[in-house]
Amino acid sequence: MWKFSVRRIMIMIPQLFVLSVLIFVLAKMMPGDALSGQIDPNIDPARIEEIRQEMGWYDPWHEQYARWIGGVIQWDFGQSFRFKMPVTELMGQRIENSFWLSLVTLIFTYLIAIPLGITSGRYNDTLRDSLITGYSYLGFATPIFIFALVMLWVFGFQLGWFPTSGSVTPGLVPGTFDYFVSKVYHLILPALSMALITTYSTIQYLRNEIIDTKQKDFILLARAKGASESRVYNRHIFRNSLLPIAAFFGFEITTLIGGSIFIENIFGYPGMGQLLIESISLRDYSVVTATTLLFGMAAVLGALLSDIILSIVDPRIRIK
Amino acid sequence: MAEKLLEIKNLNTSFRIRDDYYAAVDDVSLTVNKNEVLAIVGESGCGKSALAFSIMGLHNRTKMEGEILFKGENIVNISPSKLNKLRGKSMGMIFQDPLTALNPLMIIGDQIGEALLLHNKELSKTKRKEKVIDLLNKVGIPRAEHVYEQFPHELSGGMRQRVVIATAIANEPELLIADEPTTALDVTIQSQILDLIKDLKEDMNSGVVLITHDLGVVAEMADRVAVMYAGQLVEIADVHTLFEEPLHPYTKSLFNSVPNANEEQEKLHVIQGIVPSLQNLPRTGCRFAARIPWIDASQHEEHPELHEVKPGHFVRCSCYKHFHFPEESKEEQHHGIS
Repeated sequence: MWKFSVRRIMIMIPQLFVLSVLIFVLAKMMPGDALSGQIDPNIDPARIEEIRQEMGWYDPWHEQYARWIGGVIQWDFGQSFRFKMPVTELMGQRIENSFWLSLVTLIFTYLIAIPLGITSGRYNDTLRDSLITGYSYLGFATPIFIFALVMLWVFGFQLGWFPTSGSVTPGLVPGTFDYFVSKVYHLILPALSMALITTYSTIQYLRNEIIDTKQKDFILLARAKGASESRVYNRHIFRNSLLPIAAFFGFEITTLIGGSIFIENIFGYPGMGQLLIESISLRDYSVVTATTLLFGMAAVLGALLSDIILSIVDPRIRIK
Repeated sequence: MAEKLLEIKNLNTSFRIRDDYYAAVDDVSLTVNKNEVLAIVGESGCGKSALAFSIMGLHNRTKMEGEILFKGENIVNISPSKLNKLRGKSMGMIFQDPLTALNPLMIIGDQIGEALLLHNKELSKTKRKEKVIDLLNKVGIPRAEHVYEQFPHELSGGMRQRVVIATAIANEPELLIADEPTTALDVTIQSQILDLIKDLKEDMNSGVVLITHDLGVVAEMADRVAVMYAGQLVEIADVHTLFEEPLHPYTKSLFNSVPNANEEQEKLHVIQGIVPSLQNLPRTGCRFAARIPWIDASQHEEHPELHEVKPGHFVRCSCYKHFHFPEESKEEQHHGIS
């Protein structure tokens, strides 16, 4: 178990290295830079060139990369052109916001997917199953940004049940109970909007896995032992069907990141996704590379986590 | 001496295909006595496993008609809770493929222990473990304490089949159903497993239904044999009679298909054609007629019945009286054409 985990973590190091090089090179390849649009046009172009020289814009890319990655390792992503403050400081609160949004979305996703998937798989090809499958196809077909807008309009503006933007009511003191409640309150609508749409894949995975597992020989053997129907489902089918869900977990996090970029923009939620989009349009390189790198790290960590979970639940994976 | 344990009367088990039901087990009547091995023989797709599953009530979405009397009580369509009290306790089943018959996520000890737990709630955890280890020893698994903690994927096929057997016999069932227990195993392991089943039967004085398509296994194990073709029983006899004097064309063809090492043979004898699928089964006339086309149609009965030719020896249809294998040259020609 420990050997497996350590080995699995070691594999992450080259993964992260390749990821960082890719992100850096891609960011460099974007047309324009922060100076081209942001600086007073009355300044002499020769002076701008000089600044570019000074800032190392014309250095070979690997030197630039070395400078950048040297900082990143010490959790220093450089300065933001736009906010005129260190990127690390800029991201601090936003990372936390995005983390909570993702976590609550994940919880909602599984709260919806597990009961629906089990019902759908256990009673396959009945009316209940058709309804649930219908819902998941609908979720599959609906673009998340349209659905989120509808949710925002209905529950935020028409009914007024939930706040329409921000992550907390202004003026509350961090650490108080009211602050916490307000944070949760602001989370619910964006998280629910995302979960309702992205849950379809988990439902369908679980459904198919249950249908598959319940025809296996060891289920017959369990019945032949005299196990009741509920015991067969709880002890034998359900646990075996959860394996692919655990394997899917890492991918789920990637979907979540993609989704959160839309969701945070639509709900005006100050998280990493919102920061990324704003920074790309303003060519705020240091922020773009930092946020993309963190998203990439989250995906790699998600894959690591699902491998470790899988190794806990599936004895066949424990490599000696 | 012969004490009836299981009596099947006119059992029909039908599978639903689209909107119609098709009988995979068609009007089967059988008895199994205590301390007796009844072998059920036939090609793949003859309904042997469907019959075994019917006895254990393992089918779902099927229609079952007729009676299965287990110790005098009809167990066709009884409530699931009543059935669960019988399954695993009075009736045990050994499955065909030991590689898939064990839950990959449960240790061996828990899987066998589950059979004990389900039928004896009072048994303490330590007692249960002792008993499981006893069972593992009984089925010939070395280092039982170690195997107790292992997962199925750590054991070989033969070992896993022993585990399946240990599960089936955990509560010393009166009836043991073995559905091709050695098909998935290699030959050296086969005879060990068969010996084991035989010994356990003697120990527990139980009745065994052995399903197989291997006539060698039948010769070694069975007391009585029922030959099944296309859902019907075509011949029932005790093992000596059947091997010395097979009557039904299907039984004869089966024996004829066994390769003989002593004779120099150019090619293996095969039975022409295949077992018809469930939907294409002829529901009237002799079902085997299509595979012995050289026998004139008038030799078959219109509604073939089981005839008792000698006490305890039953044959279906009158075609057995006129059956002969096709002449060698004729067969050659036939093969030449096809």
